[in-house]
Formats: sequence, structure tokens, C-alpha cells
Amino acid sequence: MHAPDGFLNAGTAVATGAISLGTMGMALRQVKQTVKENQVPLAGIAAAFIFAAQMLNFPVAAGTTGHLLGGALAAILIGPSMGAVVVTVVVVIQSLVFADGGMTALGYNILNMAIIPAFGGYALFLASRKLLPATAGGVIAAAGLAAWGSVLLSAMAFSIEWLFGATAPVSFAEVFGAMVGIHLLIGIGEGVISALALGTVLASRPDLVVGAKGMPRTESSRGRRIPVRTFLIGGALTALLLAGVVSQFAADDPDGLEAVANETGVIESAGDHPLDNGVFADYATAGIRDESLSLAIAGVAGTLIVLAVGTGVLAAVRLRRDSTTTV
Amino acid sequence: MPPALEVNRLSYSYPDGKRALNEVTLSVDAGERVAILGPNGAGKTTLAMHLNGLFRADTGSIEIGGLHLDEKTLPEIRRQVGLVFQDANDQLFMPTVRDDVGFGPANLGLAGHDLDQRVSEALGAVGVSSLAGRAPHHLSGGEKRKVAIATVLAMEPEILVLDEPSAGLDPANRRELIGLLQGIDITQIVVTHDLPLALDLCPRAVIMDAGRVVAAGATGDLLADSRMLAGHRLEMPYPLAD
Amino acid sequence: MGAGHAHALYIHGHSRVHLLAPEVKVAAAFSMVVAVAITPRDALWAFLVYGALLAAIAVMASVPAGFLVVRLTAVLPFIAFAFLIPFVASGDRVEVLGLSVSEEGLWSAWNILAKAVLGATTSILLVATTEVPQILRGMGKLKVPSVFVSIAGFMVRYLELIADEVGRMRNAMRARGYEPRWLWQAGPYASAAGTLFVRSYERSERVHAAMLSRGYDGTMPDLSSEPARGADWAIAAAVPALALAAAVVAIAGWL
Repeated sequence: MHAPDGFLNAGTAVATGAISLGTMGMALRQVKQTVKENQVPLAGIAAAFIFAAQMLNFPVAAGTTGHLLGGALAAILIGPSMGAVVVTVVVVIQSLVFADGGMTALGYNILNMAIIPAFGGYALFLASRKLLPATAGGVIAAAGLAAWGSVLLSAMAFSIEWLFGATAPVSFAEVFGAMVGIHLLIGIGEGVISALALGTVLASRPDLVVGAKGMPRTESSRGRRIPVRTFLIGGALTALLLAGVVSQFAADDPDGLEAVANETGVIESAGDHPLDNGVFADYATAGIRDESLSLAIAGVAGTLIVLAVGTGVLAAVRLRRDSTTTV
Repeated sequence: MPPALEVNRLSYSYPDGKRALNEVTLSVDAGERVAILGPNGAGKTTLAMHLNGLFRADTGSIEIGGLHLDEKTLPEIRRQVGLVFQDANDQLFMPTVRDDVGFGPANLGLAGHDLDQRVSEALGAVGVSSLAGRAPHHLSGGEKRKVAIATVLAMEPEILVLDEPSAGLDPANRRELIGLLQGIDITQIVVTHDLPLALDLCPRAVIMDAGRVVAAGATGDLLADSRMLAGHRLEMPYPLAD
Repeated sequence: MGAGHAHALYIHGHSRVHLLAPEVKVAAAFSMVVAVAITPRDALWAFLVYGALLAAIAVMASVPAGFLVVRLTAVLPFIAFAFLIPFVASGDRVEVLGLSVSEEGLWSAWNILAKAVLGATTSILLVATTEVPQILRGMGKLKVPSVFVSIAGFMVRYLELIADEVGRMRNAMRARGYEPRWLWQAGPYASAAGTLFVRSYERSERVHAAMLSRGYDGTMPDLSSEPARGADWAIAAAVPALALAAAVVAIAGWL
């Protein structure tokens, strides 16, 4: 997901750059203000950990491997602001020093790989924790869900950026369908690895984990007993369910599309949308129905992302205010 | 003239309750070199971490050159007591050797030409001037150790506390290290498992076990008593002829 | 997706390029990449100009072509994506080598390919002529927040150490017969990652202790050197200035 220079148009690069800069500025200020004064060496070494963890290929199937994004895990371990800063440092250095990702693509690379997974992932984590039991197992499962969700949010964000700044005539619907569809599966790996890794940390040093506050202490040593299979089955089922729903939109079946569009009242609102005259018009696939549906999806996805990241940011601010006790 | 270091009935327990130091008393005069010996878990490193205030004792006191260690005197104590850690990697955290050696003096307020001069002197004292521009993770074990010592010497401390300085060094590096430490005219406290090094470098030694000082005296005398040594899980690699 | 060790990225030398102050090089590299990115894709001549400028820098800095090619393989995944575009894209079809591809798609693929390669080459040349600690210094001089630069410094410093630990863990697991091929066998990998985090965290506590021992009070001391000379800025500005001029001409459509 390290996009190179020129992958998206200049306007998108600048807009995402501004968003990333603003969010990072806020996150950096959070990091500087936290009570524990060992933030700088911890952040740097955590960044090295994330970098190294990203290089660690884990098996997916039949010998093919995947690798970790790590944003959600970082946020759960060291807090959302720190997590975002740490992964941003990783992305910037990867771009500048390792030529992995374009310098002018940093705006959207940072947004997709650091800000959205860290803040959005943390918000998903908090939400999942509310739904799951307050045990170590619950925390670990919540982390798994959050990490998986963070990958999806990231894929959706990328698709929306494509909607605004695509440099190739591939429609938003195709990109969204492909990106989200693939990441529904890839995300399972991220979820499983994040959850199990967190479990290991909880078993030995639960005090280090920012996201584990409020977890009963006696539970921590039993954290590792969740079998991988449970995650996989649960994750696969959820993925299949969602993939089915998503594929409905990407499919060319006008009957199905029309039915959903009518039900959700999407067709009426299409004409008011400011994007009608925008870039998307050049790459429209057949018919207004597809266009309005695509825009609706983009709208929903965008809302989800903003909600998740916003919640994460608020949580980060609250964390700082509450952290009057040092560990 | 007050002793360079005075530890008085120091006691300390870890957060989980384990007793690490039990009424440790130790006095070291200016210019002396004293070895702290003992088995694993004796509390030697824990004691070393108290000497510059990284750990704070439950009871007892520490005085450095007559200055009592407390919250207010901490910065001055940290300038006076130079701690060289077991793992040089923990101590070399800046992008280049020059930056690392300059970190301490810069925190003391030096800048510009004064800072550069202090850095050159420290590098020269340890014989690593040629490594100034190198990145620490590209240095060999012996080079890292020497640079770590330089980072501490740059603070111009009164006392040098070294935690396992010869660990992981090959014989030639080890010999160089001993020569280096013998050549530096400064009070030294050397925590070590390397009994021959203690014998070479430190006229006086103290043996710790289970958080207490169990023996003290001339290093040669202590190390000749093989039965006593064995009682504290220590032994010389070769017998000492009296 | 990171690459290998940092010292393999730097080519030791004393060329005029090497000796330039790091902040001017970082600023120049960034400006160059901006010029490349804003150039309209059909201004083929402009891309030739950029290629020539970068080649000139490579020659001046004695960076071998083979080295550049090897390092460019990091850009490979997106090159593959770029090749797919003409096949999946919509729009008028055109015949190329007996295959029917989208004409619009071909131009898009060219656009991505050219910009990705030129952008990556620029950073590769930057790193080949500027050691990483210097690059970080340069970023600091260019007003990147010092907290960020310090964190990056620690990251670069401890990256190899942690990567080595990863290697050791992997070997230890392999030595005990662990060669997983499926996700449900990934348990030990995940545990290794968790253990790695705890070890890293504990190391950061020791590093912090070492920093405190040398007088650290919460803010990193200012270890910066003198700012770059005007001459350095002038020399370094030559290349991106030409590139930006070319970009402007291309955008305005004068050529």
C-alpha cells in the first residue's frame, strides 16, 4: 500500500497532505504532553519494532505470505496518538530512505497507513471492547476485530481517494469492490496476528498496554488460550457476509442495484451531489444509477472513516487528560 | 576531605516486593578503585543504579563527595557519578558517536566550540577519535564499550561506576579496557564477574550476596580464599599463589 | 515492505554532491519530486529532461547504474500494477502487439511508471549521497518538528538491533522445525512479535535510564551544526529549478 509518486493527482496529494499534516501536528502535541517523559525513546524504539514487524512475513495460505500494517496494534499497545506518530515516522522514513512510497504520495500514504488505522482502529477497539466481555479474552478479541476493521477502513479510504484523484480510467466501483473485497480477506491475517501478539504482551507485561486499562489483572495470564481457529472461522464468516453485501454494489446487475437504490432512497439525492461535475464524470461507467450508487457508497464509507478517526482522536485527547498516573 | 562515595545502610525492595538490597554500607575514598563482586542476583547492578539516583532507596542514604542524594541534588549527582551500563547499546542511542558523546555535555549547557572541545577530549581519552562520525550500530563490541565510556567521561564526572565492563569482550579488547581504566585518574567502582579483572584493576573489593555486603578487604586476600568464594558461587579461573 | 540495511544504501564518496549540506539536498530532492509529479503525462520531453538531470547527478556522485537498478526494484509492485491498467481500464481500445488495450489506460500506465521511477530514483540518489543521520539533521533544519526527528533518529538507531532480534527468533523457530505455510499455524509468529514488543519496550526503559544518567530532562539537547552556506543552496537549487521550469512549461503547454 505504499503508493508511488503521481499515483493520484496533485489535488488529492495536496488535500490529503493537509489533512495528514494537521492530524500529525495534533498527535505530536499529544505525545509531547503526556505525563510519562520517556516518550521519545519509547516512540523511536516502538517505530523500529513496527518497521521490523512489517518485515516479518506471516504465512497466509499454501506458502504465500502477508505482512502486518501494524497501525491498530500500535494504537492499542502505546495509545492512538503515539501509534499514529510512530507509524507515520515509519512511513516517512520508508519513503525518504528506502524509496518505498513516493515523497509526494506521503499525504495519502500517511493518512491510509498511519492515521486511519491508528485512530480508526483504536475507536473500533473501544467499540468492540464495549460489546465483548471485560476479560483478557475479550480484549484480545476486540483487538483482532479492530485490526481487521482498520485494514478495511484503510482500503475504503484509498478507494475514496481514487474517486477524487484517479489517474487511470478504472471506476470507483471497481476499485472499491476490489480493494475492500481483497482486504476483507487480507485483514483477517492482520486481525489474527495483532490479536495473538497482544495476547503475548498481556501475558507478560499487561502494564505496558495502554488499551488494557480496566482489564481485571488476574485474567491477564490466561490470555493466550484463545485458539487461532476461532479467530479464523469467525473472521472468515464475517468476511464472507460482508463480501456478499459489497459485491452487490459492484455487480452489474441493474435489478439488484435498482432495488437497493430505491430502498435506500439513494437515487433522489444523486443530483444534489457536488461531485457530479468532478473528475468522476470522466470515468463514469454505464448509467446514472451506477454513478449515484457509487457516490452513495463513497459517502457511507467516508462517513464511517471520519466517524472512526474522529472517535479515535477524541479518545486520544481523553487519554491524555486522564493519564495523571504514571506506570 | 569527605569520601568520594558514602553508602549508608541502603535498603531497597522492588515494586513486586522482592528485597534487593539489605542495609548495604560502603565507603570509597577519592581516587580509589573498588570492585563489587558477587553471584547473579546479588544486587550489584541494583546498587550501581542507586549511585546516580536511577533507583531511589527505601531507607538509608547516599552521599557523593559529601553531597546528600535527594530530589534537588539529582542533576549535580548525575554529573558527578558516571554510570557505564552493562549493555553498551542502551547507552549509545544517538545517530553518530559524536552526537552520543556530546549528549551529556549538551545537557549540562555546553554548546558550540566548548561542546566540540569536550567531545574531542573525551574521544581522545578513550582512543576512539577516529570513530567520531560513525553510527553506533556499525561499531564492534569493543568499540561500543569504549565509546560508551567516552560518553560518560565527557560529563567530567568525579566517580566512574562500571557495570560488567569486560562482558562480551575478546581478550585483546579486554586487555585494552583494563589498560584504559588503569590510565584514567578517577575514582572507580567496578561491578564485575571477571575476578582477574578485579584483581588487575582494583586494590580493594567488596563481595555482595543476597543484597548484603558479606566480605570486604584487599582484593588479593579475598580472591585467595577459595572456600569463601565458593560459598558465594564464585571461583578464580586459576588458583592464586600467596 | 521495508528494504535492508541502511548502510547498503549509502555510497561513500567525496563528490560535490556528497559534500553539500544535507538540508539543501533534502529540499532539492523534494522539489524535484514535486516537479515530476505535477508534469502532465503527455509532455514526454519533460520526462526526458528529468531523466537527464538525475543521470547527471548520478554521474557527478559516482553512483553506478547497476546500483540504481537494484534499488529501483523496491518500486516493483506498483510497476506490475501499472502494467495491468491498460487491460482493465475502460475507454477506446487500441491495438498493441496484437493485444487490445485501452488507450487511456496506456497513458495512465506510462504516467504512473514514469513518475514512480523518477521519484524513487530521486530518493535513491539522495540516500546514496547523504548518510541517514545527516538526512535527519537536514529535516530538522528544514523545520520538521524536533520530536519527530528525534523519534526517527531512535528508530534508525535501533532498527538493525531489532531486525537482528527478529532474525534470531526466526532461526530459533526454524531450528525447532517450525516452517508454517498456513495462517492457523501463525501462532508462534504472533507470539514472537509480542515478545519482541516487550523486549523493545524494556530496552527503551533502559535507554531512558541511560539518558537520565547523562542529564536528560525531557527535551533533547540542541546538537545542531552551522547552517548551510548560501553557495550550497545555490548549487543544490540548480537541478530542481530546471526541473520546475520544465514542469511549468509543460503545464502551460508551450512546448
